[in-house]
Amino acid sequence: MEYINQVFEEVYKILFLLVPVLVSVAMIVWLDRRVWAFVQKRQGPNVVGPFGLLQSLADALKYIFKEIIIPASSNKVIFILAPIITMTLALIAWAVIPFGEGQVLANINVGILYIFAVSSLGVYGIIMGGWASNSKYPFLGSIRSAAQMVSYEVSIGIIIINVLLCVGSLNLSDIVLAQQNIWFIIPLFPMFVIFFISALAETNRPPFDLPEAEAELVAGYQTEYSGMMYAMFWLGEYANILLMCALGSILFLGGWLSPIDLYPFNMIPGVFWLILKILLLFVLFALVKAVVPRYRYDQLMRLGWKIFLPLSLTYVVLTASYLFYFNLLPTL
Amino acid sequence: MKITRFLKTILMVDFVTGLLIALREMFKTKKTINYPFEKGKISPRFRGEHALRRYPNGEERCIACKLCEAVCPAQAITIESAERSDGSRKTTRYDIDMMKCIYCGLCEESCPVDAIVQGPNFEFSTETREELYYTKEKLLDNGDRWENVLAANIKSDNPYR
Repeated sequence: MEYINQVFEEVYKILFLLVPVLVSVAMIVWLDRRVWAFVQKRQGPNVVGPFGLLQSLADALKYIFKEIIIPASSNKVIFILAPIITMTLALIAWAVIPFGEGQVLANINVGILYIFAVSSLGVYGIIMGGWASNSKYPFLGSIRSAAQMVSYEVSIGIIIINVLLCVGSLNLSDIVLAQQNIWFIIPLFPMFVIFFISALAETNRPPFDLPEAEAELVAGYQTEYSGMMYAMFWLGEYANILLMCALGSILFLGGWLSPIDLYPFNMIPGVFWLILKILLLFVLFALVKAVVPRYRYDQLMRLGWKIFLPLSLTYVVLTASYLFYFNLLPTL
Repeated sequence: MKITRFLKTILMVDFVTGLLIALREMFKTKKTINYPFEKGKISPRFRGEHALRRYPNGEERCIACKLCEAVCPAQAITIESAERSDGSRKTTRYDIDMMKCIYCGLCEESCPVDAIVQGPNFEFSTETREELYYTKEKLLDNGDRWENVLAANIKSDNPYR
């Protein structure tokens, strides 16, 4: 009996996290389209609900009622599994994101490694989807996506090493608490910029949306998908974007900490600040989408391996030497 | 020169400028309109849904000369005529297949009595094909409904004809 109670308690906790995340994913899609439209001086979705806020809900309903088409020559098990894996992996990483002091589902000591591992696994959903479709565009798209995500994960990993050098812990809550004096965006600003750009590439956002470059590959790995399975890819993609924004705000923008540690500001609960920072980063994501043209594939690879990797490695050496020389290394 | 270029690349000057421009443009007035609730201005020469007009005394303008039928490049118009009891030639049938029609406006131009005109209405989509085979009754009905606008449009276009 006690065991069952514990299971229920955990399930409630998970639902309490996942439902808001899914709802905010839907909202963020609306925000993305709206910002994009505003930059292009269009109205954007504004019909369904107040300011069109329920647009994503209407879209989701439409996807649910659409027919799911499974290509005859596809590998059916993997074809169906791919979007499920993508979405699950995108949601599973939220377990270690701290929303406030102690407000975290799983306060594990290797939180950042966990996120890194899960986001690396995210490639599998895309590769499986592209391969199982048994069609040329999805296949090419998934190959591109795999190469792209693997390359940019390397530089993201090294950027995270920079932050970890300053913190001395892999626990995400500790990383936030280490920024009480100064947010890492100030000493590590170049790393923040590279992190942001790598995050764009990692989540297949424009200008790095080559896996789904519609001019060349129709819709990339999503070409053969329809109905709810397409919607799951799409949900996973945006959940990943949101996760990257959350990671960026935790690593560099002080997570749930208020920008000024003064009376009216530090009374506001930390969740509010975290959401504000995530939204800020996301609006930047959306603006970049509206501003920048798509990269060519070789440029993308060159940027990842020849520029970001050496730059971030150099910065690791710089940070480490600085911390060592001034005896600022965090005591473990 | 090379150094300036290098600095520009490293500091992402162009990218930041672009972002700032995007931010500025975001808060300007929108160039698009909120269509079903707001509508754009339509020229008096706009070629929309067809209508057959009448004289103010209620007599149909059409004299069944069949110029529009002859000129129609899509052959969307079908006309049959007969002599009426007062000896005048009138149409017994005036059909337009709105799916064949290419909205070129040649029927309107060829008409010697301004009977067939294309009005400002462009929102006449239907759910069945049958509803788009317009008959004489439908066209005359359109003419009665839009007469004020049609007359004003023809008047405003008059100096250029």
